[in-house]
Amino acid sequence: MNSAVNRISGGRTPVWALGLAGVATLLLVVEIMPRLGLVDARFLPPTSQILVALADRLGMPEFWTALGQTLTTWVTGLAISLVAGVVLGVVIGSVPALRAVTASTIEFLRPVPSVALIPVAILLYGTGMASTLLLVVYASFWQVLVQVLSGVQDVDPVASDTARSYRFSPLTRVRTVIWPTTLPYAMTGLRLAASVALILTVTGELLIGTPGIGKLLGIAQSSGAVASMYAYVVVAGLLGVAVNVLARVLESRVLFWHPSVRGEVAA
Amino acid sequence: MSGMVKALRSVLQPVLLAVGLPVVILAVWWVLTAGSTSYFNPPLRTIVGVFGDTWFSSPFGESRIAVDVVPSVLRLLSGYAVALVVGVTLGVAIGSSRVLRAYAEPVLEFFRAIPPPVMVPILMLFLGIGDTMKIVVIATGCLWPILLNTVEGVRGLDPVLRDTARAYRLGRVATVRHLVLRGASPQIVTGARQALSIGIILMVISEMFAAKDGLGFSIVQFQRSFAIPEMWSGVILLGVVGVLLSLVFRAVTNAVLGWYLGYRQSQHGGA
Amino acid sequence: MSSPTSPVSTTADDVADRTGGARLAVRSLRKVYSGRGEPVEAIADLTFEIRPGELVCVVGPSGAGKTTLLRCMAGLMPATSGELVLGESAITGPPQGMAVVLQEYGRSLFPWMTVAQNVELPLKEKGVGRSRRTELVRETLAAVGLGDVAGSYPWQLSGGMQQRVAIARAVAYEPQVLLMDEPFAAVDAQTRFELEDLVRTLWKRLGITVVFVTHDIDEAIYLGERVLVLSARPTVVLEDVAVGLGAERDQLETRGDAEFARLRTHVYELVQQAKKGVRSLAEAHLTHPAAVGVEPGGASGPPRVR
Repeated sequence: MNSAVNRISGGRTPVWALGLAGVATLLLVVEIMPRLGLVDARFLPPTSQILVALADRLGMPEFWTALGQTLTTWVTGLAISLVAGVVLGVVIGSVPALRAVTASTIEFLRPVPSVALIPVAILLYGTGMASTLLLVVYASFWQVLVQVLSGVQDVDPVASDTARSYRFSPLTRVRTVIWPTTLPYAMTGLRLAASVALILTVTGELLIGTPGIGKLLGIAQSSGAVASMYAYVVVAGLLGVAVNVLARVLESRVLFWHPSVRGEVAA
Repeated sequence: MSGMVKALRSVLQPVLLAVGLPVVILAVWWVLTAGSTSYFNPPLRTIVGVFGDTWFSSPFGESRIAVDVVPSVLRLLSGYAVALVVGVTLGVAIGSSRVLRAYAEPVLEFFRAIPPPVMVPILMLFLGIGDTMKIVVIATGCLWPILLNTVEGVRGLDPVLRDTARAYRLGRVATVRHLVLRGASPQIVTGARQALSIGIILMVISEMFAAKDGLGFSIVQFQRSFAIPEMWSGVILLGVVGVLLSLVFRAVTNAVLGWYLGYRQSQHGGA
Repeated sequence: MSSPTSPVSTTADDVADRTGGARLAVRSLRKVYSGRGEPVEAIADLTFEIRPGELVCVVGPSGAGKTTLLRCMAGLMPATSGELVLGESAITGPPQGMAVVLQEYGRSLFPWMTVAQNVELPLKEKGVGRSRRTELVRETLAAVGLGDVAGSYPWQLSGGMQQRVAIARAVAYEPQVLLMDEPFAAVDAQTRFELEDLVRTLWKRLGITVVFVTHDIDEAIYLGERVLVLSARPTVVLEDVAVGLGAERDQLETRGDAEFARLRTHVYELVQQAKKGVRSLAEAHLTHPAAVGVEPGGASGPPRVR
C-alpha cells in the first residue's frame, strides 16, 4: 500500500487523473451503498437514479426558467452589494473621521446573521424576488465593504502624501492612488461575496419560496421526490463550483500584474 | 486642570466615537417610528417594551432565554465543535499528502460549493427533525471552510520548518502538535471564522424548517402569529447573539494567534 | 583547557578522548533526481570519511550538489545508491546524535515559539528531563551570547542572532555530529566573523564532529581542519585539502598568514577548474604550486600529516 502511494507520488500519475479518480470513487460509493442496503435507498438513491432525475430536469423548460431566475437574483444582489460596498468603502475609508465614527457600527452590524431578516423580508416584500434580494445584499455587502476598507487602509502613506502635495483633486486621488491599492482587496471581496450571495439566493428560494432552483428543491422535498431532490442539490453544488471558478479566473485576469496572483501562479 | 481635561478627553473620545453613531441611529429609529401606526413597523418604544417580557419572563427557567435561546446556542456550539475536530483532523491528513490532496480536492470543492441550507432537506430524511439533525446540519455546513482552509494551511507550511522537525527527529505527534497545527493556525482561524457565520445561519435555518424550540423557531412563530413587536425583538436578539459570539471568537483568536501579528509585522517590515 | 600554544595533535587527541564526536563515512554515494522529465544526476560518486571530532568544510562551485550531499548525510533525503555511515550504523533517516543548522535561519526557527522554547523542543522530544532541559537551554543560550533574549520570539531578533539561536538549538541537542549548510551565507560580514569564531570555540569545547558546507573559500579554510573541494555536478571529490593552520585561529592573524594565502590560492584555483568541468586532480591545470599537506584523491586517506 505504502509503496504504491510512493510510486504515485514519484510523479507518474498526473493530478487531474487523481482528481478524476476521486470523483469516480464518490459516484461509485453512492451507487453501491444503497444497492447493498448499507443506506436506505429511499433516503439516498443510487448515482444512476440521481443522474436520470438530473437528465429529466435538464429536459424541462421549468428547470431552465428556474435556473435563470436564480442567476438573475444572484447577479442583481451581487451587483448591488458590489457597487454599494465599493463606493461606501472608498468614501468611509478615505475620510478618517467617517471611519472612526462608523467603525463600531460596522463591527456590530456585520456579524448580525442575514437570515434574521427572513421574517422581516417576508413581511415587507412577500415571496417575491425582492425578499431574497434583501438577504443576498445584506450578506454580501459586508464582504465587499470590509475588504475595500482594509484596502484603502493599505494605501502607501508616501503615495498619499505625494498626491496631496501635488494638489490632486479628490477624484484624481481616488483614481490614481487609492483605487490601484484597493483593487486587489475589492476582488477578494467580490470572490467572497459571490459565493455568499449564491448561498443566500438558494436559501431565500428554499425558505421564502422565491422562484428559482431552491424553490424547486423545496417542492421536490414536500412531494417526496427524493432523486430529484438530490438532482437539485447537485445542480446547486455545480453552480457553486462554477461561481468559485469564475470568481478566481476573474480575479487573476484583473490582477495579473499583482504580486499575490503572480506568486500563486509560480507556486 | 487642563491636563485633567486632556486625560478625560483621551478616555472619552474613543467611547464617544464607538457609541455615537449607534445612538444616533437608534434615536432616529425611535423618533421616526414614534408615531407609527404601521402594522409591520411598530414604534421602537413598543419593541423595547416587549423585549423584557418576551425573553426574560420569570422564573428564569421558563423564560424564552432558557427554553429557546440556550438550546439554540448549545446546538450551534456542538455542531461547530464537531466541525472543528473533524475538519482540522481531515485537513491535516489531506494537507500532508500530495496524493490524497489531488484525489480529494475536486470532491471537496464540490461539497464546499453546495449552499449549506440545501443539505437540510436531505439530512431531515436521514435524521428526522430532532436535535441530532440540527447539530449535523450545523456541523456539515461548518466543516468545509475549516477543512479546506486547514488543507491550505498545512500545504503552505515552510519546507525548511518541516526539514528542521525531521532533522531533530520530532515524532509524529510532536510534529503535528508543534509544527503542523501551529503553522496552519492562521488559516485554520480564517476557516473557523467563516464557519462561525455559516453556523449561525444554519442554527436559525434548521429551526425554520421544523422545530419545537429555538431562537429561529420563536422568530418564525412570532411572524406567523403576527406578533410583530415580538418578532422584531427576536431579530434584535439574534443580532446580539451573533455579535456576542464574534466577540468571544475574537478573544480566543487573539490568544491563539498572538505570535502571528508580530511575526507578520516583522516580515512586512523586512520585505 | 587548550592553551594557545598547544600543537594541533594535542587538541586532536584531546578531542578523540571525548565520547562527543562520531565518525561519519560516505561511500560511493550517488544521487539522481528523477522528477518529471529527464533524471538529473546530482552526485556521481562521493567517498570520504570524517574522523570523530574533526571539523571538515565542504566547498565547491555553486550547483555542485553541496546541499544535496548535506541533506543525504542528514537523512532528509535517501541516496540513490552508496552508503552513509554514522558511527557504526547506516543512515536511513535523520539519525540520532546528529543536529543540523540550515542556511535559512529565519525559516528554520518556529515563529510561534520563544527562543528558549525553540531550543527546548528537540530536547523534550529526545526525552531529556525538565531540570536538565532548563539547564541546557540556559547554558547554550549563554554560550552563544543570547542569555538575555530567551523569552523573545525569533522574529524579534536580527538575522545574526536568529542564526545564533539555531546554533544554540543544535548544540543543546548534544549531538555527536553537527551539520551546517551554508549557515552564514545570509548574514552580514561583521556578524559572519563573530559566528565563525563561535563555531570554532564551540567545536573545541564540545569535541564534536562538524561538517560545514559553504561556498566561501576563505571561510572554509579559516574554519576547517580539512577542506573537501567538490567538482561541478555530477559531483565527485576533486581534492581533500588538509589545513595546517594550527588549533588557534584569529580573524586577523590567521587570514594574514602565508599558509592561509597559499591554501586560499590553491582552493580558489581548484574551484575555478571545477567550474570549467574538471573532474579529477590529474585533469586540473594548476598554475600555482600545490599547498603543503595535500592528500591526493578523495578516498578516506591516511591520517593527516602531523
